[in-house]
Amino acid sequence: MSAAAIPVAATEPRIARPSAQSAIAEPFWIRALLIGVALAFITLFLFVPLAAVFHEAFRKGWQVYLSAITEPDAIAAVKLTLLTAAIAVPLNLVFGIAASWAIAKFNFRGKSLLLTLIDLPFSVSPVISGLVYVLLFGAQGWFGEWLQAHDVRILFAMPGIVLATVFVTFPFVARELIPLMQSQGSEEEEAALVLGASGFRTFWHVTLPNIKWGLLYGVILCNARAMGEFGAVSVVSGHVRGQTNTIPLQVEILYNEYNFAAAFALASLLALLALVTLALKTFIEWRLRDATSQPEQE
Amino acid sequence: MDVATTQAARSGRPSAIFRLMPGFHLSLGFTILYLSLIVLIPLSAVFFKTFTMTWEAFWAAVSSGRVLASYRLTFGASLGAATLNVLFGGVVAWVLVRYHFPGKRIIDAMVDLPFALPTAVAGIALTALYSRNGWIGHYLGPLGIKVAFTPLGVVVALTFIGLPFVVRTVQPVLEDLEHELEEAAASLGAGRWQTFARVIFPGILPALLTGFALAFARATGEYGSVIFIAGNMPMVSEITPLFIITKLEQYDYAGATAIAVVMLLVSFLMLLTINTLQAWSRKRGQMEKI
Repeated sequence: MSAAAIPVAATEPRIARPSAQSAIAEPFWIRALLIGVALAFITLFLFVPLAAVFHEAFRKGWQVYLSAITEPDAIAAVKLTLLTAAIAVPLNLVFGIAASWAIAKFNFRGKSLLLTLIDLPFSVSPVISGLVYVLLFGAQGWFGEWLQAHDVRILFAMPGIVLATVFVTFPFVARELIPLMQSQGSEEEEAALVLGASGFRTFWHVTLPNIKWGLLYGVILCNARAMGEFGAVSVVSGHVRGQTNTIPLQVEILYNEYNFAAAFALASLLALLALVTLALKTFIEWRLRDATSQPEQE
Repeated sequence: MDVATTQAARSGRPSAIFRLMPGFHLSLGFTILYLSLIVLIPLSAVFFKTFTMTWEAFWAAVSSGRVLASYRLTFGASLGAATLNVLFGGVVAWVLVRYHFPGKRIIDAMVDLPFALPTAVAGIALTALYSRNGWIGHYLGPLGIKVAFTPLGVVVALTFIGLPFVVRTVQPVLEDLEHELEEAAASLGAGRWQTFARVIFPGILPALLTGFALAFARATGEYGSVIFIAGNMPMVSEITPLFIITKLEQYDYAGATAIAVVMLLVSFLMLLTINTLQAWSRKRGQMEKI
C-alpha cells in the first residue's frame, strides 16, 4: 500500500491523502480532547461575553431597552458616531486606493519603508494616537495659540474626534488592497491602456472590478473600528454629553454612573454592528477565495 | 503562472510599464502627503515635545514608582495573555485546520470577534461576567479567586483582545504544511508525538512566535477593554496607557508625552521583531516548498 502511494504522491498528492490519513491522524481521544479544549476556550472568551452584553441589555425588559437607545443623548451619540465614520472611512478609502496603486503598479526606492510606515498606526497605543493631536491642537500645542486666536475648535470637538478616528483606522483599506493588487499584476490594465483607454477609464472598468471584494473587505473592517474606537477618541473628545460623545464614550459614562441597563443597551448596538461586520467579512472571504482559486484552475 | 508573469513584468520591462501606467506621481504624492499629515507629523510631535524637557525631568517622569508599577503590570499581564493565546490559540488553529466537527465554520468566523467588537463593549461585558455576582465570578468567588478589579482581570481582558492574532497567523501555515512530510515521518517509524515534535512543531514555530509578538504588542497598548475590569488602583492595577491619560487630565503634558515616548519605543521594537519573525517565517515556508 505505502509502496504504491509514494510514486503517486510525487505527482498527484491529493489522491494519496485519504489512504495515508490514518497513519498521520491522532487517536480519537486526543482529537476529542483538543476539540473540547478549543471549544471551551472560544466559548469562555468569545460566546459568553457576547451573550452577557445582550443579557444585561435586556435584563430590565424591552421598555427600558427602547427608552435607553432612544434617549436624546443616546441618539446624539449615534449620530456623531455615524458622521465620524462617514468622514473617516471615505478618506482612508481614497488613501488606500492611491497607496495600493502606487505600491502595486510601480517600482520605486523606499517601498518597503513606505509599507512599514503605513502599518504604523496599528502598533501605536490608541491613547497615544489621541495624545498626538492634543500636542498639536491643544491649548499648549503647536497650533494651539493660532487656533484660539481664530476661534477654531479642533480638540474636544468633532474635528478632533474625526482626526483621531482617521489615525487609528488609517491602514485598514490600504493593507487589504496592496497584497491583492500586487498578486493581480498589471497585465489587464496594460491591455486596456494599449487599446487606448484613459487612465481613469482603465481604473474604473478594469482595476475596480478586480479589487471590489478586497475593497469592500477593507471598508467594512475600517468602518467597524471607526465606529467602535474608544481610547483615541476618549483623549480628544472632552466628553460633553449630547455633543462630543460617540457611542463607546456614552457607554463608558453610563456605565460609570451605574446605569448598567442603559450602558449595555447602547453596547448591544455596537455588538450587533460587530456581528454584522463578522457576517459580511466571512461572506466576502468566501467570494475572495472563489475569485483567487479560479485562475489557478485554468 | 501568476508568479511567473508578474516576475517577468517586474524584472523584464520595468521601463515600458513605467511609461505606460498612469498616475504614478499623483498616487505616490497623495500617499506621502496624507501619510505625513495624518501619521508622521503628529507622531513626530511626541518626540519634539520630549526634546523640550531636560534629561532629568524626562527620567523622573518615566521612572517614578507609580509608572514603574504600571510598566510591570502592563508588560507582565501582556506576557501572560500572549502566552495563554499561544497555548489555546495554537490548539484552536490546529482544530480548525485538521479536524471536522459541527459548528466549525461559525467558530472560525467568531475568532475575529475581538477585532470587530469595540473594546469598551468587551470591557464592560468581561467586568459584568467576572464581578462578584457575574456568571463566572460567582463560581470563582467561593474558590477565593478574584478576577475583576485585580491584575488577573487585566490578563483576562488582554487575552480576549489578543485571541485572533495567534489563530490567524498559525492557521494558514498549518494549512500549507505538507502532509507528505508527516507521512514520510510516519512511514519511517516515527510515532505521532515524535512527528509533531520534530516535523510539525518546527514548521509552525515561526508563526507561533509571530502571533505571540503581535498579541503582546497589541496588549501593551490596549486601553478600552482593560480600564473597566482593572479597578485602576495606582501601584496595583493601573496600566501604563491609563497613567498617560491620568497625566493628561492633570495637564502634565510633558509627563504624559515622556511616558508615551517609552511606549512608542517599545512599539517600534516590537514592530521590528515582528518584521524579522515574519521574514523568517516566509523563508521557512519557501524552503519547505522546495
